[in-house]
Amino acid sequence: MAVSRARRNRVAELGAHVILLTFTVIALFPVILIVINSFKSKRAIFRDPVALPNAETFDLVGYTTVFTQGNFPLYFWNSLSVTVASLFFVLLFGAMAAFALSEYKFPFNRLTGLYLALGIMIPIRLGTIGILKLMVATGLVNTPWALILVYTAQGLPLSIFILSEFMAVVSKDLKAAGRIDGLSEYAIFFQLVLPLVRPALATVGVFTMIPIWNDLWFPLILAPSEATKTLTLGAQVFVGQFTNNWNAILAAMTLAIIPVIFLYVLFSRQLIRGLTAGAVK
Amino acid sequence: MARVEIRDVWKAFGPVKVIHGVSVDIVDGDFVVLVGPSGCGKSTLLRMIAGLETIGSGEIAIGETVVNHLPPKDRDIAMVFQSYALYPHMKVAENLSFSLKLRKIEQSVIDERVAAATEILGLEPYLGRYPRQLSGGQRQRVAMGRAIVRDPQVFLFDEPLSNLDAKLRVQMRAEIKRLHQRLGTTTIFVTHDQVEAMTMADKIVVMNDGVVEQMGTPLDLYDNPCNLFVAGFIGSPATNLIEGVVSTDNGCAVMINGARLPVTKELEGRLSEGQKVIYGFRPEHLELGGEENGFLSTVSVVEPTGPETHVVLQFGEKEIVAIFRERHDFGVGQEIYLRPRVGNVRLFDPQSGDLV
Repeated sequence: MAVSRARRNRVAELGAHVILLTFTVIALFPVILIVINSFKSKRAIFRDPVALPNAETFDLVGYTTVFTQGNFPLYFWNSLSVTVASLFFVLLFGAMAAFALSEYKFPFNRLTGLYLALGIMIPIRLGTIGILKLMVATGLVNTPWALILVYTAQGLPLSIFILSEFMAVVSKDLKAAGRIDGLSEYAIFFQLVLPLVRPALATVGVFTMIPIWNDLWFPLILAPSEATKTLTLGAQVFVGQFTNNWNAILAAMTLAIIPVIFLYVLFSRQLIRGLTAGAVK
Repeated sequence: MARVEIRDVWKAFGPVKVIHGVSVDIVDGDFVVLVGPSGCGKSTLLRMIAGLETIGSGEIAIGETVVNHLPPKDRDIAMVFQSYALYPHMKVAENLSFSLKLRKIEQSVIDERVAAATEILGLEPYLGRYPRQLSGGQRQRVAMGRAIVRDPQVFLFDEPLSNLDAKLRVQMRAEIKRLHQRLGTTTIFVTHDQVEAMTMADKIVVMNDGVVEQMGTPLDLYDNPCNLFVAGFIGSPATNLIEGVVSTDNGCAVMINGARLPVTKELEGRLSEGQKVIYGFRPEHLELGGEENGFLSTVSVVEPTGPETHVVLQFGEKEIVAIFRERHDFGVGQEIYLRPRVGNVRLFDPQSGDLV
């Protein structure tokens, strides 16, 4: 009995691994394809797309194109600064709003929370024309602030929704202890509550970061100037009406993956739980 | 150290009234326990003293100062929570010194006070650890240490022992009491456990449904409960409370299930024929009697605890408990005659619940 159960468990475990491995391969395949082909000559890409680059087919022409044509280091910097700034504001304001909603009793508390979370269900792109008019009126078109403001607005609803759930479970006694010890409300927020919801902040951070980094829509509409172009928009110069510069596109995409991976690693380290253990109970 | 005065305090959460006109005067240096069933308002009252809840109406004064509108940090109090509420990202030493640093107290004074608290509570080996690396009892000690270093006017304890296991709880009970004897600081301690209240308090305040039912020394409450609630709440096993009717034939007595239960001469004057009363006596105030002076009851459960034996008996439809220090060889189903010690009997009015 025991033996057969153990064997059945091992079979089930193996099955789970097979499924997970299959999924990993499917998910990683296009990424790997992009990376390996970015190092190959154009002819090699089309002759054998899945082959690894060898001495004969290795070619950095994509990268040289990317770095010589256009202003790629600048696009890169634009993407990074817009993403990091938006992320910062989304997390800061989201956490502050979530703290207020979960910590203080005031009239229409629940209604306010619902209103703030409503944005999850309404795509911000529906308001593009209004946003564009607003940006033109305020003179923010073709500045990074146009993008940062829009992305902050876009990220806030989900961030408030997730963070307020997490903040509600932070021990009331801990906050009370802080108040008795003489911490101000700001100190309670920054020194006690924020460190305890770090895993939630990391989750929200990842969810917020990806769509901002990948977005083409708003950079195209709000900040298409050379000085404010983001990476996704900049890479469009290699997409032609009749021919695409595949080497350059693949090289640009490979480069674009790096900061995302970097930010993801940064956040996922925060995802490790157990920080709260021992504080209460 | 300070006196704490609570004067006619009311509190409501929206339409729900939780405290109805509570007045308590806590003498400087006393260890006062607020005790009552959950939802009686004792924690709310404590949080109002701490400044964590607003005061609906009435006044709370610590020392000579009315603190109604002072924020918690200016009330010169320290609080120990049920969940300990230690700062998770700080080591024990930092947890202890944190509040003093916030007050910009000189480092030498901080070191001195932390060292003193560490010594009193035996925290020396744990100073470099994080709260998560400590056991429940150790965390509780750190929480107390954090209160001690403040050297406050008043210590507030909010059910601090409820998360500990039974053995540790008894140990910490003694430790907190010893601490109070050593420091002499006015202490207000909230618990739902009447054993904690009895063992620790100089004075107990029994609360129920947002009002103070009775306050007094532990033994005073035990011996002289002023109403049914206190009689039933204080003491374990609980006081036996049985409904009966006064009879004045052949001398005054209370008739229950056809048995005549005695009352003192002193009470006789206050009773009249046919009056309904609740007859109350503690389990240890029962002794074996005979046919002529006892009532007949049937043994249903025998619980030996060692020093004494608790016997649950069926008396008519009512279940009563008797405690015997002597060892008797009772069998389940056995019928025995019992007799309450008349001097310890208390009568209550069934309508108002007050002592007759």
